[in-house]
Parts: sequence; structure tokens; C-alpha cells
Amino acid sequence: MAKHHIETTVNGDQVEFLCETEDTLLDVLRDTLNMTGSKEGCASGDCGACSVTLDGRLVCSCLVLGCEVGGRRIETIEGLAKGEKLHPLQQKFLEHAALQCGICTPGFLVASKALLERSPDPSEHEIRFWLAGNLCRCTGYDKIVSAVKDAAASMRKG
Amino acid sequence: MRYEAPDSVEGAVALLSAATGEARVLAGGTDLLVQMRADVVDPDLIVDIKKIAETRAITEEKGGWRVGAAVTGAELKEHPRLRQAWPGVVEAANLIGSTQVQGRATLGGNLCNGSPAADSVPALIAAGALATLAGLPGRRDLPVEDVMLGPRKLALRKGEIVVSFLLPPRAPRSSDAYLRFIPRTEMDIAVVGAGVSLTLDGAGTITAARVGLGAVAARVLLVAEAAQAIVGSRLDEPAQRRLEAAARAACRPIDDKRGTIEFRTDVAAVLTRRAALIALDRARTS
Repeated sequence: MAKHHIETTVNGDQVEFLCETEDTLLDVLRDTLNMTGSKEGCASGDCGACSVTLDGRLVCSCLVLGCEVGGRRIETIEGLAKGEKLHPLQQKFLEHAALQCGICTPGFLVASKALLERSPDPSEHEIRFWLAGNLCRCTGYDKIVSAVKDAAASMRKG
Repeated sequence: MRYEAPDSVEGAVALLSAATGEARVLAGGTDLLVQMRADVVDPDLIVDIKKIAETRAITEEKGGWRVGAAVTGAELKEHPRLRQAWPGVVEAANLIGSTQVQGRATLGGNLCNGSPAADSVPALIAAGALATLAGLPGRRDLPVEDVMLGPRKLALRKGEIVVSFLLPPRAPRSSDAYLRFIPRTEMDIAVVGAGVSLTLDGAGTITAARVGLGAVAARVLLVAEAAQAIVGSRLDEPAQRRLEAAARAACRPIDDKRGTIEFRTDVAAVLTRRAALIALDRARTS
């Protein structure tokens, strides 16, 4: 059957694309829109590497169909930095060495941003539970938690 | 593979009833998309029910709450009055998966996925929730405990969907709780899940109770004997022992990699007692 023609908003830009029913939002982002920042780790909603927000809600883009997102508002890792200026979370991830291989990093950044929008001063407990759906096999998580706490502090100062 | 997103219950029912091949309802997709990916299911038709307003609403009805089948765990958590009335139902739904999964996973999907280990189902059963189903002949209500017949097997007829759940009105001094056991702290499938709802009189005696147990049989169980074991008591030690014995007696679990029959039976007794104590404490202060 004919492909679906979808019009939506990604990082504030109007975009349109064609997709098959079985194409996930992650497939569309990476393979059709050439936005390869969102990563495919598990493709089953376990690892969080494909995290994006959909109308402000944190989701795994591997568990959303492309044909579901017409008229919605999608934010991806590509929307974090403003030009050359890194988002405070990106800056703090660098300063704290909160990444090694980097595959999980876009997902952690998108998930952390969604957390800080709801909770500007999260406890370590809150950060760890919020990020439980983001898996990292390199850092052991402590550096990520420290970076998120530090970014929250710097964002509160404005 | 055809995708449809009708904006009415009638539209969804018409599509599903007319389907000749395999058809699947899409709510949050956190089970369906994984199963499609793993080639466990290969539907010819997907009917997305999220554009149907009543599947997405939380509304007061006759003193109780009606919760749409496609309401997500995150939305339940963000509804303070629903949380106050039914903290056990909300905490059970919030145990399903990660923050990301909570943003998509729904009550209707958790039930219709047909897993005996579904976290929200024991809590809904303990709550006495009704599932409102819609099909070609019209609508009917089924107690949640009668919707699932066995693993992946539902009482839904061809073309029928779960539209919403009705949580009944709450008497004063009532509350509920849900506990599950998993080998880690987050993001795992219940080895055992226990939901308890109860009501106290002014003296603190339990006047009504319901107990739901998950992952200890081929379907999630309503355990009437466990409820009877504590009605008329103040959940003192002897009542707790009776409750544990009744919960244990109801278990018909399997041995699998997550737990043995013996372990599941022991844990069911412990979790039922602990959930009842939490519900009791909440009911006293509600």
C-alpha cells in the first residue's frame, strides 16, 4: 500500500516525510531525516539510546511508529545545542567525563533535559530512578549523575 | 501492513470487526512494537486508538473514576486526585518499565497484552475495576479479573476493544496498595505481584477487602479467600497469618528463570501481607 505522508515538527522545524507502517520514529529520524544523533541500542525499549520527547513527553523513539507522529512536536538530541553553544548538560557531561564510547550519551542528555524541565533541583535518588531506562556500559553511572547534578545547579543560576 | 487511527470507538470497532487478517490494537505500543520487531506478531492491520478522546481521558463518574484505556502511566502519576483515591492502582501502573516506557505504556495495553505478570492488573482487580468493552453489538462491562483468561488469551470477542476502566466510588477510610518482587530495583517483570484494597469502619476494623495476585497462575487472580481472611479483623497478627495462608493456597505458579514454584508461593504470602499493611495504614490516614 501507499506510504504514509506525515507532517510534523522536529526541533521547531516543520518537516514532512514518507514512511511505511512498520517504520519506527527512530528509523524515520535516522534513515529518512538523516538525524543520526538518536541511536539504536536494543530496539526494544530497554536501553534508552533512542530517547526523544514527543509533545514534551520522554519516550523511546524505537517504540513509536513514524505514522503516529503527524502534527506532534518532537525534540531530539540535535535540538540541544544552540548553534555552536552547547547545552549546559552537554558542557557538564564533557567536564565530568560522563561519557566514554558515547553511544548512550544522546539518550542520557535528552532524558536528563526532560528531567530538569520537571525538576530543576533533583536529588541523586530522583536522577538515578529517572535515568533507569538509559543504559551505559562504560561509565558506571556515577559521572553521569554528577554531571546532571552540576548541570542542574548551573541552570538554576541561569 | 495497514495503519488506521480512527477518532471514534465505532470507527475502531468497525475496522477490527471487518479485518480479515491479523489485526492488533495499538495503544502505547510498548509491547506491540517489541513483538512486531521480534516477529512474534505480524499484523495486517494496526488500529491506533489514541485519537479516540474517551480512551485518553480521566474523568469523575458517579463518585468514582473513569480512566481511558490509552491513558499512560505518566499521566496517571500526574493526576493528584486519582492518586489520592487509588494510590495502589497508580503505583502499580508506575512500576511498568522506565520513564520512557511510562510515557507510552497504558492500562488497557497492560491488560490486553495478556501477561499473568502485568503489574497494573492485580491492583485493578483489587480495586474492583470494571473494564468497559465496545464491540459491534454495543458495549458491555466486565470485571477486570474476567478479561484475561490465560497467557495471551482474552475474553474479548472479535472486533471488541477495551475503551476504559471504571474505578468505583471510595468509601471513607479506604485505600489500596500494590507490591511486586523483582530481582533488581527497577525495570523488570514481576516474579510475584500483590494488590490489596480495603475499607475500615470508624473503629479500624476491616469491613471490605479485595486481593489480586499476579504471576502466580496462568492469569491474574482475584483471591476471595484472602479477602475473607481479614474482613472483620484489624489486621492483627492472627489475621495476617490467615491472609498469608489464603494467599499461599491460591498460588498455582510455574517454575521459570525468574522464580521457582516454592519461592513464588512464599513471596506471594509475604507481599500480600505487606501490601495489606500499607493499604491499612493509608486507609487510616485517608
